Amino acid sequence: MTRAGEGHVSEERKLRLLVGKVGLDGHDRGAKIIARALRDAGFEVIYTGLHQTPEMVVATAIQEDVDAVSLSILSGAHNYLFPRVIELLREKGAQDIAVFGGGIVPDEDIESLKQAGVKEIFTPGATTESVIAWVRANIHPRPLD
Amino acid sequence: MSDAGTPRKSTERPIAFTTVSDLPIERLYTEEDLGPDWSESEKLGTPGEFPYTRGIHPTMYRGRLWTMRQFAGFGSAEDTNARFHYLLEHGQTGLSTAFDLPTLMGRDSDDALSRGEVGREGVAVDTLADMEILFGGIPLDRVSTSMTINAPAAVIFCMYLAVAEKQNVPLAQLEGTLQNDILKEYIAQKEWIYPPRPSMRIITDLMAFCSREVPKWNTISISGYHIREAGSTAVQELAFTLADGIAYVEAGLKAGLSVDDFAPRLSYFFNSHNDFFEEIAKMRAARRIWAHVMRDRFGAKNPRSQTMRFHTQTAGCSLTAQQPLNNVARVTVQALAAVLGGTQSLHTDSFDEALALPTESAVTVALRTQQILAEESGVTNTIDPLGGSYFVEALTDKIERDALAYIERIDEMGGMIAAIERGFPQKEIADASYHYQRQVDRGDKTIVGVNKYTFDGERRTETLKIGDDVERAQLARLAEVKARRDEAKLRRDLAALAQAASTDQNLIPFMLACVRNYGTVQELSQALVPVFGTYREVSVL
Repeated sequence: MTRAGEGHVSEERKLRLLVGKVGLDGHDRGAKIIARALRDAGFEVIYTGLHQTPEMVVATAIQEDVDAVSLSILSGAHNYLFPRVIELLREKGAQDIAVFGGGIVPDEDIESLKQAGVKEIFTPGATTESVIAWVRANIHPRPLD
Repeated sequence: MSDAGTPRKSTERPIAFTTVSDLPIERLYTEEDLGPDWSESEKLGTPGEFPYTRGIHPTMYRGRLWTMRQFAGFGSAEDTNARFHYLLEHGQTGLSTAFDLPTLMGRDSDDALSRGEVGREGVAVDTLADMEILFGGIPLDRVSTSMTINAPAAVIFCMYLAVAEKQNVPLAQLEGTLQNDILKEYIAQKEWIYPPRPSMRIITDLMAFCSREVPKWNTISISGYHIREAGSTAVQELAFTLADGIAYVEAGLKAGLSVDDFAPRLSYFFNSHNDFFEEIAKMRAARRIWAHVMRDRFGAKNPRSQTMRFHTQTAGCSLTAQQPLNNVARVTVQALAAVLGGTQSLHTDSFDEALALPTESAVTVALRTQQILAEESGVTNTIDPLGGSYFVEALTDKIERDALAYIERIDEMGGMIAAIERGFPQKEIADASYHYQRQVDRGDKTIVGVNKYTFDGERRTETLKIGDDVERAQLARLAEVKARRDEAKLRRDLAALAQAASTDQNLIPFMLACVRNYGTVQELSQALVPVFGTYREVSVL
């Protein structure tokens, strides 16, 4: 897979992405499709599995040194769970890990979630291509320690 | 580029003619497609008689329309109780209860994992106190109640029994349905507590208890709905659901029950997706397979054991957030398929459900859709009007054959529990859902308003809001109940429940004792963990 700029920056590496299911929501069809599509697009993808707390997701994100966290929430708890993950990343000094996601999220909530720091929200009907294109354009490898 | 030499009538559009599940469909069906051995008496029979392909009642909708059973539950027990009273006052005779995610997972509202989820997708129930409010003023001897709950189903059911006791209603008079289908949780919906085998023990305890004490209760609603929502094909939905049904019957027999004592209380729950004929054929095949399985494999004598009664819900996963009013048309087609497929009850989704829980006006359109089908369209005038169509019969036979092939593979693995333990249905569904998504992304499968006929600048749709006050109020009530209950007595009852789990005693009476003393869903669920363990999924991507 090629990405803009890849050829000339030797220290650039593959994007590492964490796909997470946070909360008690068991609807994992979307998360699994996105994880697989991102992997097939050439990114390194880690999938958390189900029923993660925000603390668990943030710990995994830091431990795995990912560039972004993608959360799938269909339970209606997005207004609590997205901001909580962002808050915990900040507390751990990992605010450069981007957070985006998708699920059953009404338009008016999308605006407030973006204000809270969520980079993008995809709703039902979004194609995997549109997610991949967005990731290529908006997520960049974090500087290595 | 000219096709002047080709007669117009023999050209076809350059697309694959397949169902939404990718079954190939021919240009035309004739008698030949049924094969030389096709026999009407063997394959179809008469409605109300074996093998029930054309329907389970001799009069079908001329005798009684399907039950319009809209699933509802949100916020506090008070909110949902008020909605129940409203529905009953407007002529509804049955209730269908949606619980919130913490309750479905056996977690109390004050558990750390419940934060942000209390009362959000259904009603929050922690103790008998909540159930007393939820069913307050509702005569349980006259109203049937469906409860969509699985992992902690036995606990919630005991709370329902305790409410009946307080209303002085004899348990033998209670009517209703508990979803209680744990196998599809491991396969698709993913709300579990214990591993499959101990979970099955709770289910057989419940079947045994109900056959003695609550004989009119439907103990399991074996559900394909969630399997389809997780991305399966129509054939997979049918095959995995029937394989689950076979596993429950085998578990009942192994527990020493006789098949005709519990099988009449098993019912089914299917999805109705976009592909009209595929859905109708699936439902007709389902009845025929189950009739043969029960009679030929399990030796059931009672016709009620052989007849598959089922509820249908239109496909939530087919709804789009884009151009949401288009969903009204989708739901109409799906609901019509369920009716022509011979469903006993139906829930129609609301057009705004890809955005949020439905508003009242959206729910009303969904209910009206059923009423228009029932009372304006004329489709209820005759039974199984598509029966005998070369296409529908050939497709019914094809889906039956494909489902039986899956069931045979699952039998070879040692049955559905063994298949789940090796991740077989989970992997099949994940592959099917990814395959379908790729087809949609490439434009091979059309979704109107999503990958075709799109436009920008849509008007915003009004959605239902659930406030944070529900969670705060629920936490306050739980704290208050915990403060005033007899703690010492509850601890003894919980210890007795845990003790019983390591014997072969029926657990239901022990659970009843705990809930009467206001033990919480989580306390009862956790009491069994030292003996039963907890389930962790190995994720299959």
